[in-house]
Order: sequence, then structure tokens, then C-alpha cells
Amino acid sequence: MRIEVNGEPREVTSETLAQALAELGWAGARVATALNGVFVPKGARAQTALTNGDRLEVLAPMQGG
Amino acid sequence: MRNFYGTRLANPLMLGTARYPSPAVLEAAFRASGAAVATVSLRREGGQGQAFWDIIKGLGVHVLPNTAGCYSAREAITTAQMAREIFETDWIKLEVIGHADTLQPDPFGLLEATEALAAQGFQVFPYTTEDQVLAARLLDAGAQVLMPWGAPIGSGLGLNNRYGLRTLRAAFPDVPMVIDAGLGLPSQATDALEMGFDAVLLNTAVAQAGDPVAMARAFAMAVQAGALARDADPMAPRDMAQPSTPVIGKAKL
Repeated sequence: MRIEVNGEPREVTSETLAQALAELGWAGARVATALNGVFVPKGARAQTALTNGDRLEVLAPMQGG
Repeated sequence: MRNFYGTRLANPLMLGTARYPSPAVLEAAFRASGAAVATVSLRREGGQGQAFWDIIKGLGVHVLPNTAGCYSAREAITTAQMAREIFETDWIKLEVIGHADTLQPDPFGLLEATEALAAQGFQVFPYTTEDQVLAARLLDAGAQVLMPWGAPIGSGLGLNNRYGLRTLRAAFPDVPMVIDAGLGLPSQATDALEMGFDAVLLNTAVAQAGDPVAMARAFAMAVQAGALARDADPMAPRDMAQPSTPVIGKAKL
């Protein structure tokens, strides 16, 4: 299916958020996720199903003031 | 030193981690500052996140994630939730920005987000103005710390409204308050501490100085001086002169 990952269109075969993170190369990475603007805790990723057109944000620690 | 949600800081300096010339300068400046708190943020993963996080962890200081760049309560709430998971802290420097030029807080969004996040167990550090009415509402909504601005973020203008800040300080004497944003010089940090603020938070003044490490050291000394002066109970100013040298015993010549 086609989803948007950090603003970029991506094609994924995964059915869950946890699988998609691995497919996109973020397995084990220190990231936080939001799907369609809603926070998805780490523990809920495996049960979170993806659907076509979903907007996924994958965020990491960054410099801040 | 006052408690921030039960945490007693070793010194009254909070330092941002952005806009340094390099990660090495960030680390050296941070150590020179002696700051007890590092502010951090979350951005789309571009591969640098882990390396940055390793530097911050190595500093061994308290981490205060922000919601910088959020223009709505909804965005700020989601960002805070993500930050809590990734940084493993309930602390959140809550920014809900109302205007792109001034980076002034949106008081309505800020209040809404403070209420929601406090209810979810966050320890909210709201980035606010010197507005007393808003301050009271934020405290009612569950904030136990306030972060009034000195001046717009990154402006280096110092304490733009000393009257407003002084009256805010006086109105809520028991609330821990941090002057956040707008400081450009160490003397302004000293001023804030002398006025009774409990800490200062700054970033650009150090990061964008020609020599960030030296400027970090200058701010470290400035906050020490300010806190020491405040605790030493400053003299009251007066309009007329008063000789400091004794008049008694002066020769008639």
C-alpha cells in the first residue's frame, strides 16, 4: 500500500506499524511514532494496522532550545 | 534553589542544544556552562538522532524536551506524548506559538495544551509571557512552573518588560519561574536572578557567540552572581545621595 512517511510517499507491504518501521529500516531505532496526527506508543505499534493513505510521522531526538 | 516538580537543580542555568557550530562545540560549551538542564526537541528521523542523543546522555544532566514549532494545542499535545516516550521524562517545555515573527506564545492554545497534558501526568513548563492573568490560568490548569519570556526567542534583547516581569514575580512568590528566551548577554541573566527568578533558559546567546565555550562560562558566572546577590538581600535604592564615608571626625580645614 501507499502511505506517507515523514512527508514522503512510500510503498510498503507491511500491515502493521511495527512491521512498517522494520521495513523502512527503523527496527530498534530510538524513534517515536504518530499515525494521522495521533501518537502511537511503542507498545501499541504491533497492534496498529495501516491503511492506504495513512500519514506516518517517525521522530527522533534533535537539538532544541 | 527552588524545586522544579520536586527536582532541585544544582544551579539556575538551563541551556539549549541547538545552533552550535558543531556537536563538539555543543558538548564543550555545555560542560563549560555547568547547566543543570538541557533542552532538546524531536524532528523527523534523518539518521542523526542517535548520535545527538548519545552526546546529551553523556552530559548527565536533566533533559527538558520542547514542543518548538507547534502552532496548535493538538500538535503540541501529540509532540509532548512522543517526547515523553523517547526521552523518558514527564517534563515538557510547552511551546504553542501564536505568531511566526515574534514566536509569541498563543495564550489560548497554551492553556488548552497545559490542561490536557497536566491531566495526562505531564510536568508542564509553559513558555508564556509576563501576562499575570494567563499565569493564573496556567497554574489553575495544573502547571507548577512558569517560563515567562524575557524577549522574543533568538532576539537577544534581554528583559524586554522589566516592570511586567517584576509584577509577575511578585504576584506568585511561591511559583518557580524560569526566564526563557530572549537573553543575549550574561548581565541580563544576572539581572533576572537578582529580580528573583529561579533560573534562566537560553540557547542562541551561547550557541551563536563567536566563542560559545567562553560565553557559556560567562553565563555560568553570571547566574551564580545573580543568585548570590539575591540571597544576600540587596540594599534598597534611594533617590538622594548618602555618604558612605563617615562624616563624624572629618577635619575642619
